[in-house]
Amino acid sequence: MAEAHPVGFQWVMEAKKRGATIIHVDPRFTRTSAVADLHVPFRAGADIAFLGGLINYVLSEGKDFREYVTTFTNAADIVGEDFVDTEDMAGIFSGYNAETGRYDPISWQLEGVDYEAPAAGMRDHWEPSLREQSEERERSEKREHHAAMASDTGGGAGDAANATGSPKRDETLQHPRCVYQVLKRHYSRYTPEAVSQVCGMSVAEFLRVAQAITENSGRERTTAWVYSVGWTHHSVGAQYIRGAAILQTLLGNIGRPGGGILALRGHASIQGSTDIPTLYDLLPGYIPMPNAYLHTDLQSFLDADAAKTGFWGNMDTYMVSLLKAWWGDAATAENDWAFDYMPRLTGDHGTYGIVRDQIDKLTYGYFVVGENPAIGHANGKMQRLGLANLEWLVVRDMQMIETATFWKDGPEIETEEMRTEDIGTEVFFLPCANHTEKSGTFTNTQRLLQWRREAVHAPGDARSELHFYFHLGKKIREKLAGSTDERDRPLLDLTWDYPTFGIHEEPVPESVLGEINGYDADGNPLSSYTQLRADGSTTAGCWIYTGVFADGVNQADRRKPGSEQDWVAAEWGWAWPANRRTLYNRASADAQGRPWSERKAYVWWDAEQEKWTGHDIPDFEATKPPSYVPEDGATRQDALSGTDAFIMQTDGKAWLYAPAGLADGPMPTHYEPVESPVANLLHEQQDNPALERIDRAWNRINPSQSEVYPYVFLTYRLTEHHTAGGMSRFLGYLSELQPEFFCEVSPALAAERNLEHLGWATLISARTAIEARVLVTERMKPLRIGDQVVHQIGLPYHWGSNGLSTGDPANDLLGVVMDPNVHIQESKVATCDIQPGRRPRGPALLEFVEAYRRKAGVEPGGNT
Amino acid sequence: MWDAFSGAASSLSGPLPDPTTDAGWSGDHPKRVGFFTDTSVCIGCKACEVACKEWNLVPDDGTDASDLYRLTGMSYDNTGDLGASSWRHVAFIEDVRPHGSATAAHGGPPSGVPVDSLATGFLPSGLPAVTDGAPSTPTLRAPRDAATAPAPGETVDLLALLPDTGAHGQQTPDDERDVRWLMSSDVCKHCTHAGCLDVCPTGALFRTEYGTVVVQDDICNGCGYCVPSCPYGVIDVREDDGGAHKCTLCYDRLGAGMEPACAKACPTNSIQFGDLDELQAAADARLAELHGRGVTEARLYGRDPDDGVGGDGAFFLLLDEPEVYGMPPEPIVTTRDLPEMWRNAALTAVGLGAAVVAAFWGGRK
Amino acid sequence: MGVRTWLGEWPMFRQATGSDPLGRGSAVQSPRTQALGSRTADADEVVKSVCPYCAVGCGQNVYVRDGRVTQIEGDPDSPVSRGRLCPKGSASTSLVTSPSRVTTVRYRRPYGTEWEDLDLDTALDMIADRVIDARRKGWQDTDDEGRVLRRTLGFSSLGGATLDNEENYLIKKLFMALGAIQVENQARI
Repeated sequence: MAEAHPVGFQWVMEAKKRGATIIHVDPRFTRTSAVADLHVPFRAGADIAFLGGLINYVLSEGKDFREYVTTFTNAADIVGEDFVDTEDMAGIFSGYNAETGRYDPISWQLEGVDYEAPAAGMRDHWEPSLREQSEERERSEKREHHAAMASDTGGGAGDAANATGSPKRDETLQHPRCVYQVLKRHYSRYTPEAVSQVCGMSVAEFLRVAQAITENSGRERTTAWVYSVGWTHHSVGAQYIRGAAILQTLLGNIGRPGGGILALRGHASIQGSTDIPTLYDLLPGYIPMPNAYLHTDLQSFLDADAAKTGFWGNMDTYMVSLLKAWWGDAATAENDWAFDYMPRLTGDHGTYGIVRDQIDKLTYGYFVVGENPAIGHANGKMQRLGLANLEWLVVRDMQMIETATFWKDGPEIETEEMRTEDIGTEVFFLPCANHTEKSGTFTNTQRLLQWRREAVHAPGDARSELHFYFHLGKKIREKLAGSTDERDRPLLDLTWDYPTFGIHEEPVPESVLGEINGYDADGNPLSSYTQLRADGSTTAGCWIYTGVFADGVNQADRRKPGSEQDWVAAEWGWAWPANRRTLYNRASADAQGRPWSERKAYVWWDAEQEKWTGHDIPDFEATKPPSYVPEDGATRQDALSGTDAFIMQTDGKAWLYAPAGLADGPMPTHYEPVESPVANLLHEQQDNPALERIDRAWNRINPSQSEVYPYVFLTYRLTEHHTAGGMSRFLGYLSELQPEFFCEVSPALAAERNLEHLGWATLISARTAIEARVLVTERMKPLRIGDQVVHQIGLPYHWGSNGLSTGDPANDLLGVVMDPNVHIQESKVATCDIQPGRRPRGPALLEFVEAYRRKAGVEPGGNT
Repeated sequence: MWDAFSGAASSLSGPLPDPTTDAGWSGDHPKRVGFFTDTSVCIGCKACEVACKEWNLVPDDGTDASDLYRLTGMSYDNTGDLGASSWRHVAFIEDVRPHGSATAAHGGPPSGVPVDSLATGFLPSGLPAVTDGAPSTPTLRAPRDAATAPAPGETVDLLALLPDTGAHGQQTPDDERDVRWLMSSDVCKHCTHAGCLDVCPTGALFRTEYGTVVVQDDICNGCGYCVPSCPYGVIDVREDDGGAHKCTLCYDRLGAGMEPACAKACPTNSIQFGDLDELQAAADARLAELHGRGVTEARLYGRDPDDGVGGDGAFFLLLDEPEVYGMPPEPIVTTRDLPEMWRNAALTAVGLGAAVVAAFWGGRK
Repeated sequence: MGVRTWLGEWPMFRQATGSDPLGRGSAVQSPRTQALGSRTADADEVVKSVCPYCAVGCGQNVYVRDGRVTQIEGDPDSPVSRGRLCPKGSASTSLVTSPSRVTTVRYRRPYGTEWEDLDLDTALDMIADRVIDARRKGWQDTDDEGRVLRRTLGFSSLGGATLDNEENYLIKKLFMALGAIQVENQARI
């Protein structure tokens, strides 16, 4: 955190000053470790073993916050008889289909809940070959596929929408099949000794962490966990986060001040980029994209994905308001609010799938806007092959980044795999405006929308994206005006008439934020998403942002100085939803609505005034008393009781065990990374059985436990640079601080491979070989894993061929294998070899890498 | 006027409560300001280096163009030392110590075990060697020969190096040692007795009304006398403009009521700016707090008005000996003996003058 | 200028006659030094902004003079950052005034070996034509079993996560109306 979020880290230092214990668990000893109370060295990719060990410690020692657990979680729910745990199936859960590599989650369901398989298919991953199956098989596979996408389209209630009825419960938590006991059994093998063996930390180190977090949790104290892409860039990434969620829920650290699982996002508005998603599988506000199989009309869309109970029960109001925002008067009750204007999904169109299709010339054009995939994404060769097979490419950036110049000076030009004269891609480089040259909102890592005001005009041809897309849309609409083709109706009927200002006709950004916020039938800005209706009388471009323009005021532009506010600082900017700063904060009070302790009071029930009150906006219906019990058959939020703090869940509970929603199991299980130097010491199953692969010549994978690629490497950022370098390697003041690409190795590895401090090293994987300067440092520590010694190599990934500070891109070394829930690549751990000296140049590089592949028994590489 | 050199009117060494008045500012001048850099909370982010350069428009550093974007190999420190184009410098010191001896200030539990640095094959990033208060310049740089890429076709025969099965994993981990990584942002000390200022023949270096020491670019002729006179090796002459440069403690910002750029940016408040007396009190409290927590190696550096420079305007809380950070253990103002020397010189001059007169006198004969 | 005035400003004179006989302070302060002021003091405007690097969301004050950014500093009012900035945030002035920043459209024709100039409006027009063409080529009304798809796979988008919410909103909205489903973002990475 000190490395990549130094200013956020001031609060950690502040907490330390006030007596907090800071523990840093990381494969590397970083700038964070330097000021932590304890650094726990650790093997990359072993996090679930570690988290599972902590869960086991909590459960076996009875250290959970029992009253919190029984009040707010599904610990008492009884799991159905059909469920078979990894304990009994060699590391795989019941429902696994070895042919498809996917799970059918029907056997994971809770007892007493009817789980209806989706009526007609799944959202994603529909493959023709799978449709020829017998009916029962088909139903099973449909569920499989549906589950595979459920968390990805995270949107709506997901699979839970299909679960009806209430699960059986055992409030004593004694039933052998209750979630608490199932969890306890699942993690029973994650002993301190096992954790030590798998992770490479000592038993004493592990116990010190376990004791610290349990002693610091409960009524009087809370513990926070902070993570970044070190947890998401794995083939089991979503389950890493689940592991932390289970642990924090057991300890009562969710919805309470000083608690939580805090994602440190690395880009100014990466939170905003999922809230208002430029992602293929989501609509604004985490509404799923419609698919061709389930969603033939609006009703079937809502049937499949809107929950019957909880706040996702209102998805109809969110969706209709979105359709009204986009298509205005053209969206009517008669035409299903223009639901059919929406394109439909049939499969995975995540970024790696798109690049594969580019290479196969199945897609022709590409807009790359403020991103540098040629070096910033895993498997750089794959990215550049995609670019080279396009008909046209539009790059919008401030600097001449590698993605714009791949045809001129990309690594494949040097190896003579490509010749500039043979590359047919037409490239448009359009300069863009920077953050001082336009007004608008970023959503920061704590869901806080902050408005920036335009300070100066953009120079020359530089324009904002708002300007570019508005005018591109206008131009296309003009060119297609008068078309009678049905396919052009959504475009021509689109509400696309934003007011503009200035000589360049810049769209007024407040008008866009206003549309996102939404209006009532009279054109007044809405103040809350609870005002949204499904009758076409309201609009909202992103329902979770409704309220950002409450009272017609740009709430994101509120700037009451922090020094004039309390510590919640609720009058600075605006946090979604409803300006709540801590989600699920109903859980900061006990069942009766009383603070768990005076020290940790945050939101509580005021019996006199008959409403929730406190330091934050309550994340609960303001006047629903703690004693509220829903009537039978109640729907939407009315079905949630006065203790159902997790209001987006269908049952209002935090899920220790997830009967639906994940593609790779109801509980996190330790699997080795796809490229690992060691065998899975906890389970027979080596790696995630449901992970996704792209099996192509340009994406060869190192065999697990390969003697040819014996070392672990991990990629990361340095404080002095930003991601793929477009905003740092071109600046002198930053470049001089970290001027060259380097690798970090331990003295032991340096001795083993004859690496010299400051000399050159060549790193080799089944993809390619790259060179880096060597930093020999004690901060990299070899680890004992079982009876092996594992060396880890650190690779900051900021470099490329352009800019002031140049070097080989670390991402070129990576292959692409993906988490099945979110299609995110495993880029935080892989294997390689390292040798002293510089890499071969030209075609010799290809021969060199191929020789390694041959020796490792990997199929030949290539560009097809 | 000779009295001045005897130290009667203006001081060149020893405790001096008010160097500002000593430099001729009237009694109602502002209080002396300075920096207290608490290295126990420094995270080595280098925001200070960048904020300083952005504000003061200091150019990229490097003795020549080829050095600009080269690793130094001194941990994460690629600035190397303070100089004409580096007015803030974050040192990174990596070492290993016996297991369990780390402290709560920078990693590990409080134990009070004294530091026992072990050599680890690389140098700490600060000034590597300090003798008699005159630091030498670090010379550790990337090997020049290795910086040249092999020409296409002329490749290293790495194929021959394909590993044999079992060639890895021979080295075993050493669990008996803990890593320590110290970071510290160094800066001009704005000494109570500033050698640079005392030797400056043009009046380019002067003490401001805030008690800080600043070079006036329009006066400096680049003679360089100040460079060897600094006991900390701070000030240097920039090749391109020929002028001497160093930290001004953002003199231009102080007048506008703004704090220096580095202190303002510092994410963890490791660099604190303020009135010197208040900073000294804060530092004393912080030191007591750390000692109370068992961080016995914590110490203040440059705080003592009795030291060889009369105490610093920019002083530090360190977690090890100053030498570990590349700071001279006992800095002494180079002009301490100047009054004595000048008195001797004056006597000599008078003696010589007499001899010359005598010679002329004799010559008339 | 009278001799007395001239003499009075002469450092040697001030040194010899004033309270700074060694010439180490007030006596040697040059007129330029005396006139020195903060370059933010004469800013036309101080504009409230947010750092564009990571997602901590540190507040920034952007100082503007004559339509140019002269300095960017942390905003002390921000309860997120309290006026502090990391090295990247501190380099924001360099970021927005970078001499290597490209400010004109660059065009590389198919199989071309060099960049060429192109007028911005022409570029926009050409891109609009290519979108329409790719949309048509990649259009799918239905799948092979007659299910409605109403989409195109002809082109795709990859956005960085430093785009504003308003910008992402327009991208998603336009692409949906075009039937283009392949919209992706750094958020997947």
